[in-house]
Amino acid sequence: MSILAGYPRADGRKGIRNIVAVAYTVECAHHVARLVVNAFPDQPVHLIGFPGCYPNAYADRMMHKLATHPNVGAVLVVSLGCESFDRNSLHAAVEASGRPVHTITIQQNRGTRASVAAGTEWVGWALDALAGQQRVPMGLDELVVATICGGSDSTSGITANPAVGLAFDTLIEAGSACIFEETGELVGCEFHMQRRAVTPALGEEIVKCVAKAARYYTIMGHGSFAPGNADGGLTTQEEKSLGAYAKSGASPIAGIIKPGDATWGPGLYLLDVVPDGEPRFGFPNISDNAEIVELIACGAHLTLFTTGRGSVVGSAISPVIKVCANPDTYIRLEEDMDVNAGRILSGEATLAQVGQEIVDSVLAVANGTPSRSEDLGHQEFILTYKQFEPAGPGCHPLRAA
Amino acid sequence: MPNDAPAAGSLLLMSPDDNCLIARMPLAAGLPVEIDGAVVILPQAVQLGHKVARRAMRAGERVLRYGAPIGSLSAAVAIGAHIHTHNLESDYLPTYTLAGDGHHFIEHGQS
Repeated sequence: MSILAGYPRADGRKGIRNIVAVAYTVECAHHVARLVVNAFPDQPVHLIGFPGCYPNAYADRMMHKLATHPNVGAVLVVSLGCESFDRNSLHAAVEASGRPVHTITIQQNRGTRASVAAGTEWVGWALDALAGQQRVPMGLDELVVATICGGSDSTSGITANPAVGLAFDTLIEAGSACIFEETGELVGCEFHMQRRAVTPALGEEIVKCVAKAARYYTIMGHGSFAPGNADGGLTTQEEKSLGAYAKSGASPIAGIIKPGDATWGPGLYLLDVVPDGEPRFGFPNISDNAEIVELIACGAHLTLFTTGRGSVVGSAISPVIKVCANPDTYIRLEEDMDVNAGRILSGEATLAQVGQEIVDSVLAVANGTPSRSEDLGHQEFILTYKQFEPAGPGCHPLRAA
Repeated sequence: MPNDAPAAGSLLLMSPDDNCLIARMPLAAGLPVEIDGAVVILPQAVQLGHKVARRAMRAGERVLRYGAPIGSLSAAVAIGAHIHTHNLESDYLPTYTLAGDGHHFIEHGQS
């Protein structure tokens, strides 16, 4: 079904955007990278990066996956020069993916001003080079859609989340891969999820994965629950979880992936975002955008973001579509919202109608229409220290060898 | 219609087994609402999306929403009572809210 058009990449995947990513490899290079991005206010030039100076295998892998994401057409790497991050390996990976890439090392390039000038010149060249690329037919079976909730309230689990669940079911039926996440917000749903796993071994992995999240958050001393959740009528973690879980729809769960892992064909995937091993670097995800970045690193072309209290964020690399759960919030933040799911609560629309509106919005944004957050210039990005073990064989039962 | 008629459809039952109901709109204290055919006067104001007891319950009872447990009651509740952090605790992790001064956290649950 070729109802979309995408930018073809050498690895066979297709992108719904053709952006130039400017990637800083330590906080010390952030300012130079930002000034380069700021020189292109109305063009698809996005800022990504890792702030840490100490090495981290997870951050390396995330930067590699993000820099070779199908929505990315070219990459400028901005390094200070003395940090631990392996800029040469990132440069080589992007080059091997067939994308234009250039690295500027500030210490070897006469400092801030000269580095900004050189970076700006190269990005201008890259934009011209990408402008000539033609889009080719793309099927829904080549689309990866993610979902996340943020600023949840009691209406999230009644309107926006089940509507996204219906949209997920429709997209999966059409061949798309769909990813839900945040096992810390699935505490209390583990045994129900277990029954949806395509194999018993995967079911056991799901239960283990949620138990890991509950333990991790207990050690952190604070669950994935913000004061605004309670203001909005949510009382406990498990109540928030049940509402969040509705985003996953009714399809069987095909596998568990970890940040940076690719999906393998149509179906519903659970992204395990909670680090493995003893807690070392703090909270699993310090804010919603950390999860969005991980979903994108798994290949998500766009993210469906449900919100009750009213989040306004977007993301670098992949567009974010906002589905507003609460009718009062929609009135206050209409300009930031793509879909008004609160109409379900006020009786103006059915779940099925809003589910279809979400699918229509996915198709429009995939075909190039900017989402609201994209149009407003949101390009949030955050990447922090984490550690993961590779997902075990039970996590991907039906993946082709 | 007289003013004391119960507000129609103001409370939402998410699943048949649930023992709480969800306010579809902000509801004022003293408002008559219908719960399973009976008219109940709301003892407290209830905001959009907040929970109301579908029947009288004892401390320790599990509250069900979406047909699934969302925690245990830390105090007895009357029919129509507001159910929230003051009388419902997680069976997993404590809930934190900001105190009225907006400067420090209050931990609810695991008592």
